[in-house]
Amino acid sequence: MAKYLIVGGSAAGIGAVEAIREVDQTGSITIISEEPCPQYSRPMISDFVSGKADFHKMKCRTDDFWKENNVEALTGKKATDLNLTEKTVQLESGEKVAYEKLLLATGGKPFVPKMEGSDKDGVFTFTTIKDAQQLTAKIDSINAKAAVVIGAGLIGISVTEALMKRGLKVTMVELQEKILSLLLDAKASDLVEGVVKKAGVDIVTGQSVQKILGKPGNEGVVDGVILTKGNQVPCDLVIVAIGVVPRTELVTGTAVKTNRGIVVDNMMQTNVPDVYASGDVAEAYDFIMDQNRLLPLWPLAVLEGQIAGYNMAGKITTYMGGTNMSSLKYFDIPIVSIGLANPKEDPSLEVLVQNDAERNVYKKLVLKNNVIVGLTFVNCIERAGVFFYLMKNTINVKKFKQKLLSDDFGLATLPVGLQRKMCVVQ
Amino acid sequence: MKKIIAKQEVCMGCGLCEVYCIVQHSKSKDIIKAYNSEHPKPISRVRLEVNKPVSFAIQCRHCEDAPCVTACLSGAMQKDEKTGLVTYNQEKCIGCWTCIMVCPYGAIIMDQQGKVVAKCDLCQDIEEPACVANCPNQALVFKEVKP
Repeated sequence: MAKYLIVGGSAAGIGAVEAIREVDQTGSITIISEEPCPQYSRPMISDFVSGKADFHKMKCRTDDFWKENNVEALTGKKATDLNLTEKTVQLESGEKVAYEKLLLATGGKPFVPKMEGSDKDGVFTFTTIKDAQQLTAKIDSINAKAAVVIGAGLIGISVTEALMKRGLKVTMVELQEKILSLLLDAKASDLVEGVVKKAGVDIVTGQSVQKILGKPGNEGVVDGVILTKGNQVPCDLVIVAIGVVPRTELVTGTAVKTNRGIVVDNMMQTNVPDVYASGDVAEAYDFIMDQNRLLPLWPLAVLEGQIAGYNMAGKITTYMGGTNMSSLKYFDIPIVSIGLANPKEDPSLEVLVQNDAERNVYKKLVLKNNVIVGLTFVNCIERAGVFFYLMKNTINVKKFKQKLLSDDFGLATLPVGLQRKMCVVQ
Repeated sequence: MKKIIAKQEVCMGCGLCEVYCIVQHSKSKDIIKAYNSEHPKPISRVRLEVNKPVSFAIQCRHCEDAPCVTACLSGAMQKDEKTGLVTYNQEKCIGCWTCIMVCPYGAIIMDQQGKVVAKCDLCQDIEEPACVANCPNQALVFKEVKP
């Protein structure tokens, strides 16, 4: 019997273990993790492919993380069944693990749309270190020259840059009209698109891949793709980088409530007492949208795991929420996007923009009732966190609104009361 | 732990804190060499915030519950439980800028080559941080504060 059982050993699982051990140093923790290797940073798999990081550099905790935290680690094992009445989780081997408190941190799996030929040799998804290792080995073994990346979001742009750095010709195919459409408005997207194209990447928007072609005489091996409008792109590799869907299999058919992901309250608890969920599998609170939704982002997964851990261990903690927030480093154009990046025309929203084409700098803030609800900074991300603080704490910015986007905006611009609250001055 | 506190009412905005931070984080530790012959030029991890007539210096607060540590993708940013310092390992940093996105103080910056981050380390090699020791008007004090 484990006092705490955690299914999933990545971001949310790590956060939960650290939080539990802060509160309860002795209660037994068991973790079930499919991946046998030490904890590593999944967002860094593109650095692995580009050669910027080896696995050692990707390790985000010590090699003995489980041991140091006195965790019984069932690694390389898969949880297959959950019995809420018995309070047990069954492994593939048939073995059952009983729990007092359970955290579901099963994460997400890559979404692969239906398309002909997606089972061919040379088609990859891009989520785990195994994906990155297999992709890298493939590039070397066939001396790959060209790749098609399906999806121009966070994962798509990261793998595109990595492949380009390895010398491949990359074509990025995006169904939306603009790249990074969840993070950028049209203007910012165009700016970034220009930079990516200049680096030698072909970008096709408003289209998807309808069919993956096989080599003549060797049908099982990728030779190219046919796009929705019929044009053909030759390639050796296809990387499906559209996004992830929550791995909710374990709770299917149980009383645990799901929507697109597992539904949780602001303590990360599901509708079933003692059962918690965090990370990419959970629908946690978005403080900008004021609703629960899927936000499959590493930093939020760690945070949600921490919140679940504290509550499981009896330290009542409320999740203040996250939002759609990402920072990007790719193609040497740093980007931070938080909250509403590209809202529809709405009279209740005020938009402040600074567009400096000469420096390739674009800054945009979206305000609602004088509170910042959206931020996009391209190529000038300094102090983005100050704005995130103002957003998260719903600070009314009316008095210093006109200074927000000026180059000398800083903590000194904030009202004295707020400076004191933040403890930046005495 | 001991932290740097800014006394806004006596800050003259001279910027010497930045100068001495640069010198302390230079290879030569020599003001002339640091400014004239080190390439890339070291950068200041303390920033003078000015909104005339108000000015004060700000650097990493070494937060108790540091958002940069939770958000760090690579494990480079860590909280040292013993000293209270928020440390960063430049070897592990991948320059993803997630910490910059979440630091409420804007105290984490890109280093001079724009590949990894840099921030205040409270000058571990010397008794008192360089910005504090060289503030001509004692607008920066280094003292024990409750976490």
